[in-house]
Amino acid sequence: MSLNERVAAALGKRRIELVLIGGSAGGVDALLSLLPSLQPGYTPAVVCILHVPGDRESRLAELFDARVMLPVREARDKAPIEPGVVYFAGSGYHLSIEQDRSFSLSCEAPVQYARPSIDVLMESTASVYGPAMTGILLTGANFDGAEGMCSIREHGGLTIVQDPEEAHASTMPREAIRRCAPHLVLPLADIRAALPLLETP
Amino acid sequence: MSHTPSDFDIELRMLVEAVYLKYNYDFRDYTGASQKRRVLVAMREMGCNTVSELQSRVLHDPNGFAQLLQYLTIPVTEMFRDPEYFRAVREQVAPFLKTYPSLKIWVAGCSTGEEVYSLAILLKEEGLLERSIIYATDINPKSLETARRGVYPIDRMRLYTENYQKSGGKAAFSDYYTEAYGGALFERSLIENVTFADHSLSTDTVFSETHFVSCRNVLIYFNRTLQDRVFGLFHESLCHRGFLGLGSKESIDFSSYAGRFEPLARRERVYRKAVP
Repeated sequence: MSLNERVAAALGKRRIELVLIGGSAGGVDALLSLLPSLQPGYTPAVVCILHVPGDRESRLAELFDARVMLPVREARDKAPIEPGVVYFAGSGYHLSIEQDRSFSLSCEAPVQYARPSIDVLMESTASVYGPAMTGILLTGANFDGAEGMCSIREHGGLTIVQDPEEAHASTMPREAIRRCAPHLVLPLADIRAALPLLETP
Repeated sequence: MSHTPSDFDIELRMLVEAVYLKYNYDFRDYTGASQKRRVLVAMREMGCNTVSELQSRVLHDPNGFAQLLQYLTIPVTEMFRDPEYFRAVREQVAPFLKTYPSLKIWVAGCSTGEEVYSLAILLKEEGLLERSIIYATDINPKSLETARRGVYPIDRMRLYTENYQKSGGKAAFSDYYTEAYGGALFERSLIENVTFADHSLSTDTVFSETHFVSCRNVLIYFNRTLQDRVFGLFHESLCHRGFLGLGSKESIDFSSYAGRFEPLARRERVYRKAVP
């Protein structure tokens, strides 16, 4: 089966309104190879979360704004989620998504040593978007994200994990594969090619 | 988990309603996702399988509620957290405060008090502490008790010292505490003019006119309705051209009070009441 056919088969009848991408060690480079493939007019909202040190103001939104053709913003507390916008989780706070499809921040204790935690964002997003979302988990050196990917899968969302064989750090994708049996396990180049296919059912 | 999310949401709403009716603590306008997580933690820690079980415990056992309250509130804070905020207060707010013969300052949602001591230190160094009355309010009596005691873990002092220095501190941070009670006990004179009080931003009203309100990392837990109520309280409490400080990721922009405050230090989240 070609990649397009595999993605179409995995998507089924889902209409994707939000793509959530999580990663840790090596995640910036991975996103730098993924996000420039998105063309203006892309309809889903794209929410990216990487582990960044809490004591430093995250500059990710700035960094990516120059390299991505869609508008890029840091996810701000209470901001409504807009289609076709790439959002980045800021540092030092957990990011969640609320029932009214807006962002919320909180500074509860770190989860899996991480704040923002990928699990926290994925679990809250899954319960709001259900099958209308895709969760993508990339390279990383800890267990954050595995629980969240399971939650996305349980709520009917599509789950894609980067092939641990080629990931900069394999722990995170490996744990997610072990725990939640994702719909697709793909090398980064294929995830890049799959991203634009996610907007149409 | 044994229940579907929608059942959970129904039960959560009933729990929060029950807490309000029985104890008059109003968590009904708290943001959902983080409240949901905290209730899940409470269930696990308190050995309840369902929210209804937790609700039953909370209704029939007053200790149950005292326990739950520790989970529903978020006592995560540090001294001189976000040093640039304290630098902005020191450099941009204090010069205005110096023009008043006496000052009233409100630390709303003071939790375990770290920020109260931080502000007191700053005011002392700016020569303002003696003429200040500080109201430090929170809904969690246990947190207020910790705040009154002013004993914090010694192993936090390294971070706090670093924060203090970055915020423009003028002395040696260790001058302000002594090792006692297995921790760092902060100088009692710092809180001589501090009134610690139980006050709820969701149900109580304004109790005093103030010159400066500092309310950080509290509003992120409130939905927009409650945020608007709270901005209303602050607006009412603040004197003409009074100052408002928020958490580093909080903003007034999405509130209906957006136009009634103007940024004094936008990045640091320090605002000033606009001319009406």
